[in-house]
Amino acid sequence: MSIGLHNSEFKNPVIRWVDSRLPLFTMMQKEYGTFPTPRNFNYFWNFGALAIVSLMIMILTGVFLSMNYTAHTGYAFDSVERIMRDVNYGWLLRYVHANGASMFFIVVYIHIWRGMYYGSYKAPRELLWMLGVVIFLLMMATAFMGYVLPWGQMSFWGATVITNLFSAFPLVGGHIVTWLWGGFSVDNPTLNRFFSLHYLLPFVIAGVVFLHIAALHVTGSNNPLGIDPKGPQDTIPFHPYYTSKDSVGLMVYFIVFAVLVFFVPNMLGHADNYIPANPMVTPTHIVPEWYFLPYYAILRAVPDKLGGVLLMFGSIALLFVLPWLDGSPVRSMRFRPLSRIAFLLFTVNFFVLLYVGGKPAEEPFVTISRFSTAYYFAYFLVILPLLGRIERPLPLPESIARAVLPRGGGPIRMAATAKPMEKA
Amino acid sequence: MADLATPPGSAPPAGTAPDTGGRRDFLTLATTAFAAVGVGAVVWPFIASMNPSADVLALASTEVDLAPVPLGQAITVMWRGKPVFIRHRTPENVAAARATPLSQLIDPATDESRVQKDEWLVVIGVCTHLGCVPLGQKPTDQRGEYDGWFCPCHGSHYDPSGRVRKGPAPLNLAVPSYTFMTDTKIRIG
Repeated sequence: MSIGLHNSEFKNPVIRWVDSRLPLFTMMQKEYGTFPTPRNFNYFWNFGALAIVSLMIMILTGVFLSMNYTAHTGYAFDSVERIMRDVNYGWLLRYVHANGASMFFIVVYIHIWRGMYYGSYKAPRELLWMLGVVIFLLMMATAFMGYVLPWGQMSFWGATVITNLFSAFPLVGGHIVTWLWGGFSVDNPTLNRFFSLHYLLPFVIAGVVFLHIAALHVTGSNNPLGIDPKGPQDTIPFHPYYTSKDSVGLMVYFIVFAVLVFFVPNMLGHADNYIPANPMVTPTHIVPEWYFLPYYAILRAVPDKLGGVLLMFGSIALLFVLPWLDGSPVRSMRFRPLSRIAFLLFTVNFFVLLYVGGKPAEEPFVTISRFSTAYYFAYFLVILPLLGRIERPLPLPESIARAVLPRGGGPIRMAATAKPMEKA
Repeated sequence: MADLATPPGSAPPAGTAPDTGGRRDFLTLATTAFAAVGVGAVVWPFIASMNPSADVLALASTEVDLAPVPLGQAITVMWRGKPVFIRHRTPENVAAARATPLSQLIDPATDESRVQKDEWLVVIGVCTHLGCVPLGQKPTDQRGEYDGWFCPCHGSHYDPSGRVRKGPAPLNLAVPSYTFMTDTKIRIG
């Protein structure tokens, strides 16, 4: 073994030849094979892997769809109908792509919920969490622009309403909107650039996902108890334990996905989007896709245009500072009796926002959306900071092994690098 | 740091004061500023390429013949990809619009300032809230509480002068620039 080559431990001569020059196999073995992972994951820890699978499915189907799509206002709608009717398995590619977006958001919402319930955003995982919020924002931008591409009525008017959000900003608003459109209304230049960006952003997402995982592999995973692993008795290797556990979740994911694609492929869409875009007629009831409804409800809850826009962007911006809003040193809400109730109410409240966001802007939905919006912000800005100070948490277990193994896993073996027990 | 500024073994140039770091700071600042200007110059074409192109700008005017529009009716024409509402207003419409005190308006503007000929109102048919097309052009449409237009998206009401009277929209329907070429023909844009 000459100097400058990686000292590979692989026996296969071909793998060894590559690995000693570019230690990809060693890296994979370290990060996904023997990687020490808390032994007490529940199924909520499947959703990161499911999100990656979703991203790969979206990129794969998207690349093939783009081979038959025409990004021109005169042809876009018809090219999508051609994909549905004439292109071999075009219907499958499109339904997988359209419902895949919904699956991706379901998975990511559960993944975010997991992080919020078990305190995965807290030190030392703040940056990991913030990278996740960046991915979420990129996903929303990508999904929005993708929905414009079929150039149906909802595509056109969704694009008009969302781009007009920027007109709320004083002075520069109008110029920003003209710049976004490349014209004086949503038109061919807009469709072209949305297609370009819709193709680009998933690869940007993939890049940020790489950083997200790289940061995860520095701090290690959180776990349902929210306490750090203290030694080898608290961890198990990622493979085969969590590769197999993830596979179970993946099967359930594919079953749900298949039910959507093969039995109710249009359930989550809007019939209006099968009407070609018409800039002269607005559909009577414009709603965004289901995954944007909570934020749409917040936008409409405020009677002032700029105020609504700021609150809507603010509802997501708050996620960036969540690690600093929640001052409690206890991560898992299992040990936080009050926060747990507040967070479960927050969860219900999120569904209420999702529901009223899909309803017309009339009573009683307007009043409900105002109360829900108030609770959404109160949870982040009042309840969490306050409970971090006054809440008395339940006693934390001594170690993961003590808490989850039948006889506590024997005496605790402290790893050399283990930190002293956290005091809550 | 001053001693490091001069390469070892070379004498300081004659006639210069010993370097106190000011010269090095100046060079760093100047280089950084030069690079920033360079980056800006490179970025600008990319940003500008997304603004409306020459062919889009060239399609910026539309001519409309008003003769076929009977009193009380309205037509919608396309200008810059947007609908423009042209309403042939009745004397009652005009009177109602002019009787409204400015203090009742969200975006105060007199009716006179919004028309060139009393009976013809020309406005861009795009709600100033989030860009939907308000209803009220067809005789069968809902015209809202002020007999003007009603936006179905978020419930803004406009009066026969195209001024917002109720709802989330902050501004009146915009009046495009237009000229009467003859008594019954206008050019928008």
